[in-house]
Order: sequence, then structure tokens, then C-alpha cells
Amino acid sequence: MCGIFGVMDKRRQMMDGSGIREALSMMNERGSGEGAGYVAYGIYPDYRDCYALHVFFDNACENKAIVDATLEQWGSIECDEAIPTCDQLNLKVNCTPWRYFFKPDASLAPGSASPEKDVVTNLVMQINACANGAEIVSSGKNVGLFKASGWPEDVADYYRIQDYEGYIWLAHNRYATSNPELWERPDPFNLHDWSVVENGKTTTYGANRRYVESFGYNCSTGTDSEVIAYLIDLLTRKHGLDINLAIRALAPPYWDEIDRMPEAEQNLNRALRFAYGSATMNGPFTVVAANPDMMVGFTDRGKLRPMVVGECGDRLYIASEETAIRAMEPKVESITRPAAGEPVIGRVAP
Amino acid sequence: MAKQVTIDAKGVHYTPLNQQIRKAVEDGVDEIVVDNVLGQRFIGNGLRGNATIRVNGVAGGDLAMFMSGPTVIVSGNAEHAPGNTMDSGKVVIHGSAGDAVAHSMRGGKVFVRGDIGYRGGIHMKQYETQRPILVVGGSAQTFLGEYMAGGLLLVLGLDGAMKAREIGSGIHGGEIVIRGDVDEACLAAGAKKLPLTDEDRARIAPVIQEFAADFGLDAEPLVKADYTRIVPASARPFAGKYTWE
Amino acid sequence: MNSNFGSMPLRYRISIDREQCMECGRCVENCPYGVFRWDGERILINSRNCTACHRCLTYCPRDAIMLQEHPCDYRSHPVWTRGVRESIYNQARTGKIILAGMGSVANLPIIFDHLMLDACQVTTPPTDPLREPVELRTYLGKKPSKLEFTQKPNGDVELSTELTPNLMLETPIMLGHMSYGALSLNAHVAMARAAKETGTFMGTGEGGLHPGLYPYQDRMIVQIASGRFGVNVDYLERGAAIELKLGQGAKPGIGGHLPGEKVSADVSKTRMIPQGSDAISPAPHHDIYGIEDLPQLVNSVKEATERKKPIFAKIAAVNNNAENVAAVARSGVDAIAIDGFRGGTGAAPRVFRDHVGIPIEVAIATADRELRNQGLRNEVSLIACGSIRESADVIKAIALGADAVYIGTAALVAMGCRVCGNCYQGLCSWGIATQRPDLVARLDPDVASNQVANLIRAWTLEITELMGAAGINSIESLRGNRDRLRGYMLDEGLLEILDVKSVGA
Repeated sequence: MCGIFGVMDKRRQMMDGSGIREALSMMNERGSGEGAGYVAYGIYPDYRDCYALHVFFDNACENKAIVDATLEQWGSIECDEAIPTCDQLNLKVNCTPWRYFFKPDASLAPGSASPEKDVVTNLVMQINACANGAEIVSSGKNVGLFKASGWPEDVADYYRIQDYEGYIWLAHNRYATSNPELWERPDPFNLHDWSVVENGKTTTYGANRRYVESFGYNCSTGTDSEVIAYLIDLLTRKHGLDINLAIRALAPPYWDEIDRMPEAEQNLNRALRFAYGSATMNGPFTVVAANPDMMVGFTDRGKLRPMVVGECGDRLYIASEETAIRAMEPKVESITRPAAGEPVIGRVAP
Repeated sequence: MAKQVTIDAKGVHYTPLNQQIRKAVEDGVDEIVVDNVLGQRFIGNGLRGNATIRVNGVAGGDLAMFMSGPTVIVSGNAEHAPGNTMDSGKVVIHGSAGDAVAHSMRGGKVFVRGDIGYRGGIHMKQYETQRPILVVGGSAQTFLGEYMAGGLLLVLGLDGAMKAREIGSGIHGGEIVIRGDVDEACLAAGAKKLPLTDEDRARIAPVIQEFAADFGLDAEPLVKADYTRIVPASARPFAGKYTWE
Repeated sequence: MNSNFGSMPLRYRISIDREQCMECGRCVENCPYGVFRWDGERILINSRNCTACHRCLTYCPRDAIMLQEHPCDYRSHPVWTRGVRESIYNQARTGKIILAGMGSVANLPIIFDHLMLDACQVTTPPTDPLREPVELRTYLGKKPSKLEFTQKPNGDVELSTELTPNLMLETPIMLGHMSYGALSLNAHVAMARAAKETGTFMGTGEGGLHPGLYPYQDRMIVQIASGRFGVNVDYLERGAAIELKLGQGAKPGIGGHLPGEKVSADVSKTRMIPQGSDAISPAPHHDIYGIEDLPQLVNSVKEATERKKPIFAKIAAVNNNAENVAAVARSGVDAIAIDGFRGGTGAAPRVFRDHVGIPIEVAIATADRELRNQGLRNEVSLIACGSIRESADVIKAIALGADAVYIGTAALVAMGCRVCGNCYQGLCSWGIATQRPDLVARLDPDVASNQVANLIRAWTLEITELMGAAGINSIESLRGNRDRLRGYMLDEGLLEILDVKSVGA
């Protein structure tokens, strides 16, 4: 469902949120005014070594105490504060957005190749699974996610996203079908490194969810993008697939296409479908995902949802509609519409 | 003397924009120039008459849907499904267009200079004197001419190789003509390849000439080029699937 | 290639009481399926061709013809039923998908029959519809959630909220969408006249609008289906409302094919396709692949008709129905028709007909509840369809949350249809589901329209009485009023879903 937008600067030049707000609101015809969200990489340089946890509290009193205590068990809180917001007439506030800058205790995940991320993953699963009035909505280093129920402009102004500067931004304009009042429901979805926005709705949510949950993830929001974020984290961080192969596992070629491939490639693709049949996403979708080093976009193999890619200098854009890109970059140099099975992968210069 | 008006679409929602266009047509304007278009949908939607509408910018989805008569010329790209369920008239797009171009079009012409997305010409159909024509200057994507029931779909491939696979899936009427050869593996179930006869060439030549004239191209080499013609293998592509209780 | 199955047991056996028979030959004339033929002096019978359409029985002046279903028994078996075995024989012979006519034959409980209606006794008086007004007038379309007023200088208050177009029905019963092509022109004309006479509306189905129906166009809801047959701006402008067909209860998730032999010269004109060509309706609308495309189509139709007409959408009742309805309600449509899995059809794959979808009772109840929860109930009207059989079904559907209903099969039965389920053969002996001129001529539109109008009038009277007994004198007071229903032998889970209490409560 919905309209999505992503922009990345290959040389980490910062963009404030105002252009992204403009771009996303160009696609208001794709939304229903009941959800929008933004996620940005590079916004917390002062705390670049901390995991920035954005949390929605039902109330900042008892719910916060639970999270404080849990975080203290698993590491140390460097700083925490309410996320600055500015009331909007059309936005019904039903939670308190808070942020922690947190250092996980790596010794609590012995034997792990990425102990800090394991600790953060466990924390997110633990807190989000319980009915404790707290929902962690983002948990990455130097990353922050801002979302709410409302039109993109109101959500942007509520969080004052023009005050943040990031080198990758993803944004999402929601067409709600259920629980329009829940602020955690709209995309983007984030788990430490990875953030995901989706335009579409998979027909495999149940199968994909059961698959990732068998690896210890816990899906608490019922949204595709949550499952997709976990799938990408699992496939890239835990199973060691590079992003190309991970996308291929999620949106594999048809058997007919595989049958026509040279033998080695055929074996590889068959093996991917054997191993990751339960991770394969079906139905209409365009996904844009990002981590601190890259932004990727891919569609379902039948290409049932639009994906427009724009390039201009160091900037890479991916959006549901060309007009969103032009709203932010009127002089965009190239506009393309990549085929299904041709993921767009933009990497940030090291 | 031809009557002309100019409308500035900057920041204007499509409903008031379409009202202005509709009013201009009612007032007998021959040429309506719409400047600063940025994604407004439904331009020329359900419009009758024979006015020309010049869209300067990027046209939003369902351009000229249900349109019956006018000509729409877009300087830039068009989004999803221009020419959707169009009855007659002409759409000329100087850029490229998104998926489902000319969906269910029954008559008139859609000319796209650049590329089109997936499912171009899906379920185009013809009736009596109405025969829709979709011409693509660049390339088309997969599922080209899916469910096609009538009309002509012509892909000139001016900018490189054709990308479409699964061409003519479920086609049961009309013809798809593609410049150059088309690999048999790119045809979908229900479609078959035929060589272009002289008669076929004579039939498509005026279409190519009109397209070339609209975009300032040299028609001669295109008329003379090699083409592959794709037609239905059967008028009943699904008849063999069913039995009665 | 032959099979080793030989002759299958007869489905029906026709017999003639030769003592009664006066050999008038009316059965021979009336049967389009070739059951009867003259052999010199004698009428011979081929029961294998019989569809149980009853045409011969109806026209036999001596009641000499008798029909027996399943005259030959199989060994009875609770698992390997007759139906299961016969399907296997069929598919073993052909290797194909089995198509069948009419709605679901799955032997599943019917929830309507387990819902009991309320009546006033001691605490409140019943209303007597003979002397007191009972209003059935129904408006379909968006209603404002809140009104805005301006005060004029003289102190008068003036409404400043603008009402969007609504359809006004004298009774909450409409005639559902069945296309011209599937049905004959006479059947369409009969229903259109009945709609006009009874102050209600009729759906065109996806076959376009025949010029013979133009006199009734202000009573027609024109449909846009995935095949876009017969759809142009003229068609859209003629309808009183426009319905986007997104799904059908009898076969959710798939399209339909009108075979070329049914595309006669007239059908070809109306659908705007060449005579004799297959009319293939794809499964999805190919310009709707995601929910955000639906408002695009809705707005496109609204822009083309200058926002003067209500737009309906019809969906099949399936899993997550409430979520689907809420999504459609946000698209800008004015009414949503929900089609339950028992809905009728000319032809549907048997496996879809009997296994896909959910009952209309549940779909309406969950839709109404979800729309209220999400504050969307006034955005759309809800129309229940798919196996509305009698006036009690109508009133129960409304109490579960519908604004109105569509009837389909019931209207056909009112014209003589015997529910034989052979619509697909195109040989309907009653002149309803056929294009063969001699058969179509059997259906007199004057007579048939009167029968359909009578049915609507009779149900309307019954609904009035039932409402009066419940002390309700306006239909909107019944809408979603589940307190006036009780569930009889429904399980707890289902009662909760329906938001209905058990009998005794």
C-alpha cells in the first residue's frame, strides 16, 4: 500500500528533512492521511557510537521506568530525552516519543559475531513483545525514525524533521486499512542498521513471519515492513548473504528463468529457492531499504508496483512516482523504471 | 482563427485543473496549454471534442482515461496508465510512460517516444471502426500486450534492445509488431510469431509515418525495417482449461 | 481418447405417464435440451439431456411428465460422496477445471437461518403498519459525519455542509448486477421495469447498457468490471450510479469468460467487441494492483463524470473482510457491495464456488463493526448480496449492518428460473439466461417485470410488518441494530464475530 520515497547522497553530504517532506507530500493521493513516517541516517553525529533508540511510550511515567530498567540491565544509557515535537492541529497525539542513546554490553552476547546488534535485537524483541506501553521504533547507530498517524506534512512538522540532517532518508505515505490510530503502524520500520519502507502488500506475510520468528525475531506490529527488516537482517547479518543475494532470496526469479541460466548460476538460484522458500515474498510490493552504507530498491518479480529511480550528481532517488523526485530535485538528470529482478543498489562512499 | 488559452497548473489540484480544461473546451478553445504540470492525474479525463491540450511537465496517472476525441501532447513523461479505457483521440508523450499504458483502450492513438513499463497495451480491444493503436519509440517491458483483444501495438526499439518477455500472454485479438526479431522464448502462451507481409507493411506504414512526423524522425528507414508480427495462436486462449460439471 | 467409464449413472430420469399423455408434443417444443423427440407416433425420451428446468412439466396439459433426481444409487459413502466421485470421473476423463452454474452447493450451515428476529411485547408497543408510517426509504451514498452551519445576519441558521449525491430507494431491495450477455435482453428489460415501478435500482453487470434499457437508465447502476466491456464516457453518464466490480462472491479472486458463441450481434454492440469473440474479464483490474490504485480509479471515474454520481464498489467476502472494507471505504467510493460466498453466477469453477470466501452474514457484521470502529461508517453505505432468499434475510442483513441488499437469483426465480444451474449452456428454456431468439421470446417482459415487481412488493410488505412488530418505524433504526437479533445454535465464537447474543439472552 501507499507511496514511498528514498534518497541517498553517495558522498554523505547532508540533506535536511524539508525536501523529503515536500517529496512525500507530492504523493498524498497515495495515502489516506492516517500515517506517515521518515527515517534518516547520520542525524546524531554527537552520539555516533551509541544506538539511538526511538521509543513510543503510552505514558512517560510507568512505561518509561520499565524500559529504563531493561536498558540498564543490558548496557548503559548515555543520555535520554523526549524527542522534540511541535503540536499540530490535525495530529492526535496518543503517545510520547522518547529517545535514548544507548551502549549495549557486548559481553552479554558471548560468541556472537555482532554482539552489540544481538543485544539490541533482543532488547527490541523483548520490549515490543510485551504489553508494557512501550514500543521501540528505531534502534540504530546515528539513525532516527519519526512516524505518526497523519498526513506527511503534519508528521514532518510535528517532529520538525527540517531540523535534522541526514545522508540517507526514507519516507512513507500510508494508506491505512486497519488501526489508523496506532503510531507504530506506518512504515518505515527499523531494526538497528536496517530501515524499510514498502509500497504494496505481500501475500506471504504469514509464511514470512513464521519463518523469521523461528530465528528468534518477534513480529509485533503485523506489518510487512517489520518482517522485511528482520528478513534482511537475518539474511545479511546472520546468514552472511550479500545484499544482492539476499534480495534474490526474497524476490527470486521464476523457475523458467532459472532453467535458462548457465549451470553454475542455475545451481545457485535453485539453492537460494530451496533454502529460502519460506522467506520468499509474493504479491505486489516495491521495497526500499537502507542501512548506514547503502540504499536498495526492488520489486516483486511480476512488477506489480511502480518504482521510479532518479539520479542527479551524488544523489540517488527511489520513489513510487516521478513527481516526488522532481519535487525535491527539479533538475533531476536521469529517470528510469528498473525491471523486476533488477534491484537498485546505491552504496555510500566509504 | 484558432482560439488558445494557457493555464498555469503550478500547485493546482487536478479537480480544479480539469474543471478549467473542461470549461475551455466548452468555450470552444482549440488549443489549451497547461504549464507547470507536476503529476496532476486524470488530465483530459472523459473529455469530448477535438481540442488540443499541451501538457508541459510530467503528467500524472490515468492521463486521458475515457477520453473521446481530443489530442493531448505531453512534453515530459507520463505516470501510470495513460490512454486507459480511451475511446478516441490521440495522446502523444515525448518522454516515457509507466506501467499499463493504453490499458483496455478501445480506440484512438497513444504515441510514446521513449519507453513504456510493464503490461503495455494490456487488454486493448477493437470494435467496428474503432481500432486502438499504441506506438512505442523505445522499449517495452514484460507482459506486453497481455490479454490483447484487438488493435495494433507497435514497438520501434529506437533506443536499443527490446526488454519485454511474456509477450502477448492470453492474446486473443489484434496484432503486436516489433522491430527486429523476437526470440521465441519471449512469447507467452497463446501468442505466435509471423513474418511481416508486404500487406502488413503497407498497413503499418502510415502509422509509422505519423509517429515519425510527431517526433521529427525520419520515417523512411523505419518503414523499411524488419519487423516481427505477433498474433493470437487462437481466438479462445482459455477454452481448453475447462470442463462442465 | 476414450475413457473406460462408459455411461455414467443418470442425473435425472424423465418419465411419461403414457395413459395421461395425449401426445400433444408441447414437451418436444418446449425442451431446448433435446430430451424429447418424435419417433413417428411416439414421443421418445433421452433423460441424459435433462437439466431439471421443469419447462416440460410446466407446459404438459395433463401433468403426465415426472422427473426423478438420481434415479440410480451409488453405494452410499459419507466420505466418497456422489459429487466427489463424479468429479473424479470427469477430471480423469478430461484433465480440466470443472465449471458449474449457479451458486455454492456446499452443504454448510446457513447463518441467516440461525438468527431469530425480535418483536415487541410488554415493555414497548409494536407499531401497526396499517395505520402508522413505517419508513423503508433508503439513501445510498456518503453521509456527513458532522454538519457545519453559518448564521445569517437575520439570525437564521443555514446549512453550509454540502451533501454529496445519494441514490434514493423506496425499499432497501435492489436488483444485483447480472450482465446482458449472461442474461437475455427480455430478462434485463423486465428487471429494469420492475426497478422503476418499485422505486429501486438495478445493476447492469459488466455487459454494457443495451439501448433497449436507455428508457430506464435513471434506474440503472452501470458497472465497470476488469474487462471494461461497453465502458465509455457515454455509458458512465447514463447510469444513476457507477459500480466498480472488484470481486464476486461465487468466485473470489478470478475473472470470467463470456464465450464467443454468446456474443451475438446485439451483445457485441453493447459490450463493444466483435461478434463471436470471447469476452475475457481478467481477475484483477489491471490498473489496480495495490490499494492506493483504487482511489485513483474511483477519482478517475469521478473526474470523468464531474463528481455528479455516486460510485459503488463491489467486493467478494473473504478473509480480512473488515480490513478490505475499511480500505475501500477510504478510496472515496460512496457505497460498498459485499458479495458472500453463496452468491450466484452463470458459471464458476466448482472448486472456487464451494471452497473460497466467507458467508455474507459474517462479512456484513464485521464490515459494519470495523467501519464504526474506524469512524468511517458514514463514508459509505453497505450493500449485502450473495444468497438473499427471502424478506427475513433482508431484514437480518440490515440488522447486521447493511443499508440495503442486492438480489440476483431470487429475481431470476421470480421470472421462472428453476435454479437448474445450466445457465452456461445458453439454452435457458425460460428465456432468461440465453441469447437464442426463439428462447428469449418465451420471456414476456411485461409479465416477467410484474412478477419481479410483485416479489419486491411482497418482501417490502413483509419487512414493514416485521419492523412494525419490532416497534421500528424507520429502516435506519434497524441498521446495525443487532440487539434485535438472537443467535440460535450458533457457537460462541461466531456470536462474538456477529456481535449477536444467544437466544435466551
